[in-house]
Amino acid sequence: MSVGEYIRDSQLWKSVFRHPAPYDRRNRVVVMLTNFFLHLHPVSIKQQGIALSYTWCMGGVTFFLFLVETLTGVLLMFYYRPTLEWAYNDILALRDVTTLGIMREIHRWGAHAMVITVWLHMYRVFLTGSYKPPREFNWVIGVLLLVLTLLLSFTGYLLPWDQLAIWAITVGSNMARATPFLGYEGPGAQLLNIGGYDLITNASDARFLLLGSRFVGEATLNRFYILHCVAIPLVVALLIAIHFWRVRKDGGISQPL
Amino acid sequence: MVNPHPDLTTSVIHGLGWAYLALFLMNLVWTIRVYRGHTEFRSPELFGGMMIPSATPWAVYSIILFLLSLVHLITNAAPDTFMLVMPEFAKNFIDGFADPTIFFALSVGLMAAVIYFRETLVKPTVAWTILNMMLLFTTFSLTDYDFRQIVGKPDNVPIVSMLYIVAFFTWLYFSRAVENDKRKAEGRPLFEQEKNEKILVWPDLVYTELICMIALTVILVVWGVVLQAPLEEPASAAKTPNPSKAPWYFLGLQEMLVYYDPWLAGVVFPSVILGGLMAIPYIDFNKLGNGYYTFKDRAFSVSVFMFGFLPLWVAMIILGTFLRGPNWNFFGIYEFWDVHKLEVLNNVNLSEYFWIKFLNRGLPTAADIPNFISANVPALVTPVVILLREWLGILLTLLYLGVAPMVMVYIPKFKEFFFRMGFVRYMVFTNLLLMMLALPLKMVLRWSISLKYIVAIPEWFFNI
Repeated sequence: MSVGEYIRDSQLWKSVFRHPAPYDRRNRVVVMLTNFFLHLHPVSIKQQGIALSYTWCMGGVTFFLFLVETLTGVLLMFYYRPTLEWAYNDILALRDVTTLGIMREIHRWGAHAMVITVWLHMYRVFLTGSYKPPREFNWVIGVLLLVLTLLLSFTGYLLPWDQLAIWAITVGSNMARATPFLGYEGPGAQLLNIGGYDLITNASDARFLLLGSRFVGEATLNRFYILHCVAIPLVVALLIAIHFWRVRKDGGISQPL
Repeated sequence: MVNPHPDLTTSVIHGLGWAYLALFLMNLVWTIRVYRGHTEFRSPELFGGMMIPSATPWAVYSIILFLLSLVHLITNAAPDTFMLVMPEFAKNFIDGFADPTIFFALSVGLMAAVIYFRETLVKPTVAWTILNMMLLFTTFSLTDYDFRQIVGKPDNVPIVSMLYIVAFFTWLYFSRAVENDKRKAEGRPLFEQEKNEKILVWPDLVYTELICMIALTVILVVWGVVLQAPLEEPASAAKTPNPSKAPWYFLGLQEMLVYYDPWLAGVVFPSVILGGLMAIPYIDFNKLGNGYYTFKDRAFSVSVFMFGFLPLWVAMIILGTFLRGPNWNFFGIYEFWDVHKLEVLNNVNLSEYFWIKFLNRGLPTAADIPNFISANVPALVTPVVILLREWLGILLTLLYLGVAPMVMVYIPKFKEFFFRMGFVRYMVFTNLLLMMLALPLKMVLRWSISLKYIVAIPEWFFNI
């Protein structure tokens, strides 16, 4: 009996993997049905459904990048402190002295890449007409995931607290000031007043809600940190689950009829 | 005196040498591929009209690239005497086109040309030639200091690669679409219908995924090691950078700010873009083209989507990143970002055109409206003045969104849309389409008659 056979014959191994190694057809089917991570997949699939020239693999790459961002992000959270005193210094230290500080470089480049791969995934789904019935609603969820990806990137942009960060967020969030009715420089905001008192001021409008302050400051850093690390990822994870589930329920990746 | 902004330094020359070496290796592989294909072409009669193997020109080109690489790698010449640089006249010629009008027209024209000449472009030889031209142009442009500054900025690196990646995938799409359209015309099965047996996910898919994940991890780690992620000086609320730019993926929206006010460019249009994207499956009633690449089966929808994605989104990001400098002025790719560059802006509102230029009088004021209004309902004075002043712009806007869709029914294609979609869906669809065209329309109006606002109500922050 070889060592491999000994291990696979042990009670411990069998308690984890409840079937022999996937060397024959039967066990290649069983592995897909009994493994938690693999059960996202069907057991068998059409050849074109996994041909790279058809799928471009961009949805899968996006999902993988999301996992990379989660892993590197959690590691970065052990080190980085979202305060005006420490934010920039921590990033500087990650770059220059910290062991495994490369996590920050990977996190940043992965985020850029993820924005691009989401667009390319969408481009492919459009060009193969995969949003057509019965997959209409999954396209809608996809658009929501696009928005959330951009918001994840946008909130993460502020965290290094360098010039690039605060001014990009200042320029970006200044738009909220002009929200119709809800921004204090937006059309219709003057209409929302009671007895001459404005309801919408620069301390109560959409931009203030976003920044937690009248300008990009410590409150904003805290707010964006929570959004970036907890709030948005939770929603994204939920939507990804629905997105994948619906791909399966709608008959797998689109195929010619 | 040492030039602080040298076009060439020894390290740049060596870097270019490696770039040419990489180009040489790429083309060496390509030459071997062509050679194996055993194809020939007839040379022009002028050169004797004999048959030449197709690999010959590629071999010659590869040798030239190799020599270029050698010259760069072993040269001892002082950088400022090195001859292989982008000539001044070429730089000036290209910078001469530095204008948002020309840039936008070119990007739309390019997209139209790609669609029109798709059957030629998908030929591997043509595509390879274009790729080589793009790479040579980029490499050769790197001999310019200002070009290197803007392309080499860490945050801009992904955008340069995005340009190539989007071009590649657009090509890939067309090559498959043209192939399928041909097959359909000949009555043969589609590319996707051939070799489409059911296979097991283990091992075929799970191993592909594993390999992809390993490859991506390697790419990310190498990327992180080679290129440091952007990190600038510590934040300072007192020091506003010029230009102040939004994150790169929002630069298309920031570019819209040149033409529309923040409430439109920053709030309404982004919402319309997202709403419009979500509405696509409910608007597109065409059942063809589901699950395979095609252009002919859905020429209209693909063209509209590409117009939105390529010139209006990707090209606008390129424009905002590389060509917008201090004070949001437009700069050529080889131009120094001069903070003091002056561009005269003298834009005029539509109401000013109407009242001042056309009627030759001042804009309406409270004195122009009937007395009984100001006597009885003073609160109405301002709204009536505004309405009187801006009536033409308001009317035109309402006509554009409300009446134009009805006029468009006279276009045969839209007549079909109207009957297939029904009234509500047709109105949503045409309004989305018209809003998409609102940006190019305003651009044209700005450049042709310096139009500032169609409706200008600064009193209420309501400018269109």
